[in-house]
Order: sequence, then structure tokens, then C-alpha cells
Amino acid sequence: MTTIPIVPLQSCLQAPGGARAAAPGAPGALARRLDIRVLRFDPLRPEVAAHWQTYTLDDATGMTLFIALSEIREKLDPSLQFDFVCRAGICGSCAMLVNGRPALACRTLTKDQGSSFTLAPLPVFELIGDLSVNTGKWMRGMSERLQTWVHQQEAARDLTRLEARMEPELAEKIYELDRCIQCGCCVSACGTARMREDFVGAVGVNKIARFRLDPRDTRDDADFYELVGDDDGVFGCMSLLGCHDVCPKQLPLQTQIAFVRRKMVAMGWK
Amino acid sequence: MKISYADVLVIGGGLTGLRVAIAAKRRGHEAVILSLVPPKRSHSAAAQGGMQASLGNVIKGQGDNEDVHFEDTVRGSDWGADQRVVRMFVNTAPKAVRELAAWGVPWSRVQRGDREVIINGEKVTLTERDAAHGLVAQRDFGGTKKWRTCHVSDGTGHAMLFAVSDRAIAESIPVQERMEAIALIVDAGRCHGAVVRNLMTGELSAFVAKVTVNATGGAGRLYRVTTNAVICEGIGMAIALETGQAALGNMEAVQFHPTGIFPASILVTEGCRGDGGLLKDVDGHRFMPDYEPEKKELASRDVVSRRMETHIRKGKGVKTRFGEHLWLDIRQLGRAHIEKNLREVKEICESFLGIDPVVDMIAVRPAQHYTMGGVRTNHTGESPTLRGLFAAGEAACWDLHGFNRLGGNSVAETVVAGMIVGEFVADFCDRAENETRIPIGLVRELVAAEQAKLDQLVSGPGAEEASVLRAAMQQIMTDKVGIFRTGPDLAAAVAELQSLLERSRHIGLRHKAAGANPELATAYRTQKMLKLALCMAHGAAQRTESRGAHFREDFPHRDDARWLQRTLATWPAALDTLPTLNYEALDVGAMELPPGWRGYGAKDYVDHPDTPARAAEVAAQRERMAGQPRAAVQQALMPYEELLPPPLRGPNERIDEPLR
Repeated sequence: MTTIPIVPLQSCLQAPGGARAAAPGAPGALARRLDIRVLRFDPLRPEVAAHWQTYTLDDATGMTLFIALSEIREKLDPSLQFDFVCRAGICGSCAMLVNGRPALACRTLTKDQGSSFTLAPLPVFELIGDLSVNTGKWMRGMSERLQTWVHQQEAARDLTRLEARMEPELAEKIYELDRCIQCGCCVSACGTARMREDFVGAVGVNKIARFRLDPRDTRDDADFYELVGDDDGVFGCMSLLGCHDVCPKQLPLQTQIAFVRRKMVAMGWK
Repeated sequence: MKISYADVLVIGGGLTGLRVAIAAKRRGHEAVILSLVPPKRSHSAAAQGGMQASLGNVIKGQGDNEDVHFEDTVRGSDWGADQRVVRMFVNTAPKAVRELAAWGVPWSRVQRGDREVIINGEKVTLTERDAAHGLVAQRDFGGTKKWRTCHVSDGTGHAMLFAVSDRAIAESIPVQERMEAIALIVDAGRCHGAVVRNLMTGELSAFVAKVTVNATGGAGRLYRVTTNAVICEGIGMAIALETGQAALGNMEAVQFHPTGIFPASILVTEGCRGDGGLLKDVDGHRFMPDYEPEKKELASRDVVSRRMETHIRKGKGVKTRFGEHLWLDIRQLGRAHIEKNLREVKEICESFLGIDPVVDMIAVRPAQHYTMGGVRTNHTGESPTLRGLFAAGEAACWDLHGFNRLGGNSVAETVVAGMIVGEFVADFCDRAENETRIPIGLVRELVAAEQAKLDQLVSGPGAEEASVLRAAMQQIMTDKVGIFRTGPDLAAAVAELQSLLERSRHIGLRHKAAGANPELATAYRTQKMLKLALCMAHGAAQRTESRGAHFREDFPHRDDARWLQRTLATWPAALDTLPTLNYEALDVGAMELPPGWRGYGAKDYVDHPDTPARAAEVAAQRERMAGQPRAAVQQALMPYEELLPPPLRGPNERIDEPLR
């Protein structure tokens, strides 16, 4: 895992070419000017130390960090790395630290920030460059380890027949937990994840809670205990619950962690 | 230089690519998936409202079946679709929903008894059957006769994508994330894989495979105003075009979704209108019944989008500093319904508009949404002109959607085409004569040639700026190749795009670094996107009729006599500035549903000379077989079942159609 040496905040480096965003007074521009300080580091160029770079642009009505960062890349600095996909809060690509707090950048409005604020990559995950981190690799590893799929015998299924029935409320309960977008906010807000490299995080425990609920999955608590019944699983949680506070989907992580922990404790006593 | 080998190279980690890979893997073929982003972040996740499959579980879906879904889809397509493919699709869609149910998708389920819904602005009580309790529920969508849209609240695509992605992980299918195919490897009329750029390091490598599957999705980012994710740039279609051999079908057929939120163009689902939401103007007047008395807000998307733009032109839009918009009003659905069935919509409204749709109306305006066109394939998903290249999903012109796609048919197509094409891909791999035989030297040369092009961009003398050219292209497409098209606008668009394409050959970077360099990606993608834009604009300029989403103000009628044809665009020489267009006629004599009025939209059109005879033939056949099982009648009119892979054949059970 790549770690970033912490260097003092500094406002440095005038944007190349001196290009500026919309001139003050231009249509769509407000009087307010934003200083966005971005923590920059490229693991492929380790000779350049991690540093803060300030980009200055004019705020605009309805501006999100998606719009702001796109404008920075287009007009000020084409080398800046970050990730956006849906820009609508549903794909989980753009989580980053906004003033030190994990959040989806696409759903962060500049009007809710001060005129100067910082952006930094999510901790815990492997750094790709600047604000881009490899959540995909981490999540795939978590899925493989926790076997996050419905376990059942498929061979006998006949797709021409009516589907198996499920109580409507149960389907809703499963969907409630299935809404997780694996953005990584919970992991980067987790004290245990900082100390234990293999901790599954709230995202992993929530997955287990989801499959525990699902009658299509033939696994029982003994099977789940094998997956999360240790300090890298649900017993590693210190109940700081940063995960719950930062989840952009407002998943009931606090309840799910407590619930799975109770079930696993009961299992461990057997 | 690194060369990787696989039986099946799947380009694209969305629903289609994942499902194709699973099919191939289950047949014993090693598949590797390349994805621009982690697969669970693909644009498939953005499908909100649901997936069409004629299960007929809810009371308003009673009587639904493959025949009704077939007719809705063909009418929706304005008779541009391949009707045999539509039949293959509608027969497989119920199987796909049931497979996904078994894989863990938490489909919303039917609750027996009374429930209150909003239909046509009125409160209505529906009583769901005991026999349907706990089966997959359906909601209403545009352009459909029955309630057919299976859904998971309004996060359908997300739930499907997570289940299928996790299924692929369960089957140990490798996904190479942040990898972009930038050229196909072609030798002697056969596709052998792709040259691939690692987006984290900038490094090029080659993937050689027996079969290459293009499942790269759509090209919405050719437009300035689009609902599409930023990765939907059409690069997969473009690299197929750049072979000079594969053709792109119907690129002028571009869908505009009626309800992108204004001005950010983020989608809010058709389910809003399906569940009873209304479109209103600056005066708070519900205007759709004035234009479409039959289907009102639930006509097909092309029709609703056009009516909205017409209404804005009449001065009935709401004026803002960003331009004009209309209102989508879902307040009458009530808080409980919105927070349960439209919760993503609610989140989007809160985050991006700062409003609560329970108490406020939603500002909307049509935005580019879907490319019906794509890599032309036959019914197996293979390119008829480039062996070994398959395409499926939005990247393909299979051709399920013709000139307009029905809501809920695209996310259905992703998995259905994945299932069907996946079997044909496996068949292709099974045949000994399809073993890969390509000289390694040739692969190295192709990689080197691509590297040289990138080097030229990084360190060549060019001074054009890619982001400037791209923004100009997006503006041209939105202004001149949009919902309403005219000959002069399209001619201007073609000329301007040609000039941009020529300028794009002289792009230079400001940030001259190798490696990940996002500016380099913008540069080579812009060159490719301009070619696609020209396929759309030139195809639209030539098509002097209106069909589905392609609407010409100077030729407002559908003209089957001249234009019951599929446009095929190829790009034979790299330095061309226009695609070469050819046309493929649709055979009226083989159609199960001969061309007619769609049931909404304009009522006048020019008949194909063969239509009356075929219509009479079909009517006579139906009369002769009156009282016989519907499957037998269908079989007599247009046999298709032998086109399906054997494991996917067979009828679909319903409450009202039990299987013995």
C-alpha cells in the first residue's frame, strides 16, 4: 500500500498558462472566489513529494465538485487525477476527503463549503494518483473473501417456471442493505481499518447482514462465523461508528454491525 | 511488450459484458473482462425504473405475454427493429428476471389485497390477487399496453449490477479494471482481440482471444446535454468503426429522455410518470393530454420529448437564467410512495436541485439518453462483416430497438443479450476452426502503431486543444443533431464536425507526460468520438424522413417506401472525413407485425409497397388459425424459436398460463 508523507499545507504553484475560470461579472459567475487545495502525489513519480496545490476559480450557482474539478482539469491543470462516472451519486466512484471528511464529490456543492477548502484522496485504499484511489481492487478482495453472493444449488432450476416467492417486506429489507454503492467512505472513516489491513469494514459487515437476511442463501451463522467471526471481521469493530456518520446512502450501519456482532457472539458461544 | 491470451475477451464490465462472460465461462471457456472502471460502477447502475419482462403478476399486467411485449417493442421502434430479434428478446426476458431472482436481486414483490395508486391523475384502488402474492411486481412505463416493468424500488440497475457482478466473482472471472481497448486487432477479416491501454500507468499491451465481445455501452457524451455517465463516450463503437470492416447501424437513431433534471441533466426515472407523475408547464397546466389523448405522459419517449420541446417553443416553458424547462409533478403520489418506490429520485432532487419532490415540482427537460445504433450484428451478436467480433447491449445494433427504444427495454436487453449472445460466443469457441492463429509479429506491430499515435499526441507539433474540440462537438450535436432536425442544420453540423475532425489530427497536449495523463485520454478519445458524431450527423442528414427518435422537421412523415432501411456506416480509410453509408432493407414480407400506426404520435406515414399484401396475409393467417394456441399462430407467422440457443427456448409460465 502506498502511503503519503504529510507535508505542511502550502499554497503553491500558479496554474500553468495563467488560465482563469470565468471572469468576475461574467454571466453565471458569482462574486465568490474559491481556493481549492488539493493533495497531490503520483506514485509513478515518487521523486516529487506529496504536496498541496491550490486552484482558484469562481464559484457558480449549483456548482458541485464534479463541475469544479472538471473545470480545473479543462482550464487550469490537465494532469490532475480524479474519478467520476455517474456524477449523480449512484456509482460510488468519486469518494474523497472534503476538508478531511469522506464524501461523494459529485454530491458536494461548493456553496456548502467555505471559500477555501481541501480535497485529499481517501486513506486506506491504494493510491492511483492525486484524488484517485483503487477502491475497486479493495472491494473485489473483500467480495472474494466474504463470498458476497447467494449460495445455492443452481443446477435444478428451471427458468421457464414461476419465480420463488418472497414476502414484499423482506424484499424491501434486503434492498435497504443492497443500496450500498461500495464508495469506500465507511472504510476510510474507520479506526480499525487504519490499524488492521485486512479489516472487512462496515461495507463487508453490511454485506454479511444482507445475505443473512436472504432466504435464497443457504449459508447459516456457522458459515458466516467462519467469514467474519474474528478481529478482521465484526469483532474488530471498535464502535467508533465513523462509518455510520459518513455513509452517503444513510445505510443503518450502526444497527447492522451491532446485530451481526450479537449473532456472531451467540455463534461463538455454541 | 505484454501479450495476454484468453478464449473470450469481453470489453466492458457492465451488465452485458458480465453476463456474456458468465455464459462463456459456464461453457468451459476462459473469459477475461476489461473495464474502464470497477464493474459495479458501470453505467448499468444508472438504470432506475425497471426492466421489461411480461410476467403479468400484478393485476394491471394480467393478460400480458410475449405477444404483447413484442407488439409494444416493434411499435416503439417505429418498425425499425429486427422482429425476429424482438421475439428472441421477449421470450428470454422473463427467464432473465427469474435467473436474477435466483441470483439474489431483491425484486419488489406483489402484496396481496387492496392498494391505492394514481392513474391518469386520479386515485384508484387496485386489488392484487392472492395467487400473485410474493411474486415479482411490475409498474407502468411508457409505450406499453400492460404494466410490465419489473423493478427494485427505483434502483433496479444497481441491484442487478451488484448481483451479476458478484455472480461473476463467484465464478472466478477476472476483471482487469481501468483498462481501455483503444484498437481492435484485425487480420484477414477476423478479429483477434484488442490493443489495450492501462489507465493507471499509460502502458499499452495486447489481449489476444478467439472471440472479442464489444459490450462497451453507449455514446451519450457526444452530446453536451446528456443523462449518461462520463465514461459513455462510445469508444467501443469507434474502435469497431476504425477497423474499416465492422459497420455501425442506425447511428442517427438517438434517444432523448423526457425527464433529465434541469440543468444538470441527471436522469429521473420514467417510473415517476409510470407511477402517476404528470408533466406541467409554466402555468401549472398538464399539457400532455392536449397532444396525446391516448397515452398522455406515457407515450413513447421520442414522442413525449418532442411534445415537451414543442410546448416550450410555444412559450410555455419556465424561464430561468440557464434556459427553459418544464415541471414533473409527483407530489400527488405522496410521501410514503416516494420514499419507498422513488427514493433515488428523491435523493437526486435533494442533492442536485435542493428540493423535496414530495412538496416541490421537479424541473425537467429532455436530454440525450440512449444510442439505439451501434455495432451491427446478426441475431447471434456477431458482426456479419468481421468474424470473431461480437457486440451486445447498447454498443450493438442487434437490432432490438429500431429507431426508438421503450423504457425498461435497455436494462432488459443487457442481461437478455448477455444470455443469448453468451451462448453463441461459446458456440464459436467450441468450433475447432475458430482457434486463434495470428502471428505474434503482427500483434507487436499493431501495438507499436498505436503507441506511435499516442507518442505523436504527447510530443508531436500539434497545437489544437482536445477539450476545446470536444466541447465544440458536444455543442454542435446538442444544437443541430437533437430532437428536432432540419436539412440545413444537419448539413452545417456535418461540415463543422468534419472541420473539427481535421483539426483533431493536430491535437497537442499541454501536459506532455507519458503515464496515466488524463489529457492524453481526452485527446485520443476526442478523435474517435468525432468519427461517431459524423456517423450520426451524416446518417441523419441523409435520412429524409422521420422515424422514431429521428425527427426531421422538413420531412415530418415516416416514409416506409423509401426508408424502411437500416443505415450502415463504415470508415474504410483512416484519413476519410465522412463515413461511407450503405443501407440494408428490412423485409416487410417476413414481418409478423407489418408497419402501421404506433398508437401514439403522428398518424400519417407513407406505406411500403409490400405492406398491404403482407398485412392481408397476416390477417388471413390469423383468421384461419383463430382459436389455436397463440404460440402456434406466432410460429406460423414468423418462426424464430430455432434461432434461440437451445437452453433458452421454451414457453414462460405465468399465473394465468400454467405449464404442465
